[in-house]
Amino acid sequence: MTNSIKSSTDNTQMNDSIQQKSTVTITEKVTKSLKKRHRKEKRFKIVGLLAVLFGFMLVLTLITDITAKAIPAFHQHWVKIDVDYKSAWLNIDDTAAATQLTNQMQTANYRKVLRNSIYQMFSTGAEKKLTRQDKRQLTKLFSTNAEFTIKDKLIAKPNYINKKIELWVKLDDDVDSYLKEDFPLGEAGLRVSKKQAEWIAKLSTEQRIDSRFNLSFFTASDSREPELAGIKGALTGTLLTMFVTLLLSFPLGVAGAIYLEEFAPKNRWTDIIEININNLAAVPSIVFGLLGLAVIINIFELPRSAPLVGGIVLTLMTLPTIIIASRAAIKAVPPSLREAALGLGASKMQVTFSHVLPQAMPGIITGGIIGIAQALGETAPLLMIGMVAFIVDVPTSILDSATVLPVQIFLWADSPERAFLAKTSAAILVLLTLLLVINITATVLRSKFEKK
Amino acid sequence: MNNLNIKENDLSELALTETVGNIYADNAKMSIRNADVYYGEKQAIHNISLDLAQHQVTALIGPSGCGKSTFLRCLNRMNDTIDICRVTGQLMLDNDDIYAKDLDPVLLRARVGMVFQKPNPFPKSIYDNVAYGARIHGLTNNKTELDEIVETSLQKAGLFNEVKDRLKEPGTGLSGGQQQRLCIARTIAVSPEVILMDEPASALDPIATAIIEELIDELKEKYTIAIVTHSMQQAARVSQHTAYFHMGKLVEMGKTEDIFTRPEHKLTENYITGRFG
Repeated sequence: MTNSIKSSTDNTQMNDSIQQKSTVTITEKVTKSLKKRHRKEKRFKIVGLLAVLFGFMLVLTLITDITAKAIPAFHQHWVKIDVDYKSAWLNIDDTAAATQLTNQMQTANYRKVLRNSIYQMFSTGAEKKLTRQDKRQLTKLFSTNAEFTIKDKLIAKPNYINKKIELWVKLDDDVDSYLKEDFPLGEAGLRVSKKQAEWIAKLSTEQRIDSRFNLSFFTASDSREPELAGIKGALTGTLLTMFVTLLLSFPLGVAGAIYLEEFAPKNRWTDIIEININNLAAVPSIVFGLLGLAVIINIFELPRSAPLVGGIVLTLMTLPTIIIASRAAIKAVPPSLREAALGLGASKMQVTFSHVLPQAMPGIITGGIIGIAQALGETAPLLMIGMVAFIVDVPTSILDSATVLPVQIFLWADSPERAFLAKTSAAILVLLTLLLVINITATVLRSKFEKK
Repeated sequence: MNNLNIKENDLSELALTETVGNIYADNAKMSIRNADVYYGEKQAIHNISLDLAQHQVTALIGPSGCGKSTFLRCLNRMNDTIDICRVTGQLMLDNDDIYAKDLDPVLLRARVGMVFQKPNPFPKSIYDNVAYGARIHGLTNNKTELDEIVETSLQKAGLFNEVKDRLKEPGTGLSGGQQQRLCIARTIAVSPEVILMDEPASALDPIATAIIEELIDELKEKYTIAIVTHSMQQAARVSQHTAYFHMGKLVEMGKTEDIFTRPEHKLTENYITGRFG
């Protein structure tokens, strides 16, 4: 009996001590674990910050590198030459009537005028007569376009005939590259001989060489000659293709998403469709190109290399992205909003278009932009449908042959001429700028919808 | 342990008994007979029959999950939006079967309006919120008529004086109580015959609740009202008839004062005296 009482008091004592102990340990434990948790949080913050910094640095490096490489493409060296419009060289009968003269000017031999004028310039004074090899090297200093500059000038001002005129023409791309970069002569890639270098030096001391803004980069199309190649054709092609893509993929994608989310019955078929759409988003883009070639070009016989075909192929590619993003945005609209409108007697259509869609619009626009941005940078599927062709004309409609910026970048990056290196970077810059413009437009649109 | 036993006993008893009290009203606006509601295989509502008396407030009370909200949402076919939901039985609004094949739920919802538990104004201006119903149903021919509808609806909802200077401001910027009154104004603007309220004051503070309750009392002059509520005091204050639901069944229905003073069924008594639920 006493024993049991004792033991019970022991028990209570023990209970007390356990309780005391446990209260102390809980506070201690919490403090201890709190320290650990704080440390964890700190560590995570640092890792996160490092990740962001790393990503930012990569982007920064990329952009500075591309910009630095692209800068030479935005200016071009011109040279002032004394053109002697001798009628004999031109093979023009200067006694003919004015109308006949204009006709003759169209077909005159400007190459001879150019060459002889240059030879004249470099064979005066102390210099001895030019050898055949010298002559060949000398003509290579100037762009093939110089001939046409001379022609255009004479046609604009016919009274220059038989006169000696100072004229600015473009230098050849090799010379241009030589002037832009101080590469030692004879290095791989720079095709300028010692003799040519001397002539260039002479021209610069006479202040006949001038570096100007390279406007033709923005106004010309592709060319085999780097000093004449421009971005306009590819840029127009890209804009036309994106126009078709946007026009097709956005309405189709949003309509599909609305139907699947709001109207379609939930059954096995819609499940299958959903799975397929998700799978389609993961299909390699070149497969869509093959599909475009097999179906759109071979069966429907739409023109090869056309922005219309490119747009359709890119639509196929971006559609799943837009549908998935739009469905997510529509799903995120609170059901209470739908109920409110339904409860007032709005039809399903009215609920969707006046309540659900405006609420989902920011998300839909984001999805659309991701899709379009993807399409903008896409190269592979367009190779399959012939948009990789060398096209010198600026496309004027969605049925003309065209190429797009990423394909142009691919083509230029593949070219051996050194000057194309800068052109490639410059084209990348143009592409990135376009992307930036699209993103800014999207952000503005989105914030506008969000305000509502 | 003891309590649980009583509950189980009562349930088995309930399975055998019919609804006690009086489900009939002399001037029924809506009459429901033998309504069953299924969610897929699961039956949520078992054989419920009751009348909603015209120009009176009928309160639906009962513990959570007893099916009172489900039942309420059958009355304007809001359950149609749930694919797996199936309703059988005869549900009449005046002389129209609301589940008839040729009856358009859009028309039904214009006649039977609904106010939800959480205030859900559209993210539009106060004016547009109230005008929306009138607009989609084409109730007005010109701006002046619409202005009038908006004003009278807001007045009836007791909100006009508070918002008359900021009708162009978004409805979501109002306080919770004001938002709920805006939702009521929005419902009234369509001139429904019946208003269903699904716990309209449960997300509001006591003052806003009192205002809403007063409003319900005024609204019954013109509309037939069914209100689901968790607050027995609220049911006692605003309703003329009370129906007590339990496990998807209608246990008891009758005049509010009878239900709260002399409940016939043991379950009702347990619930209103706060013994369970």
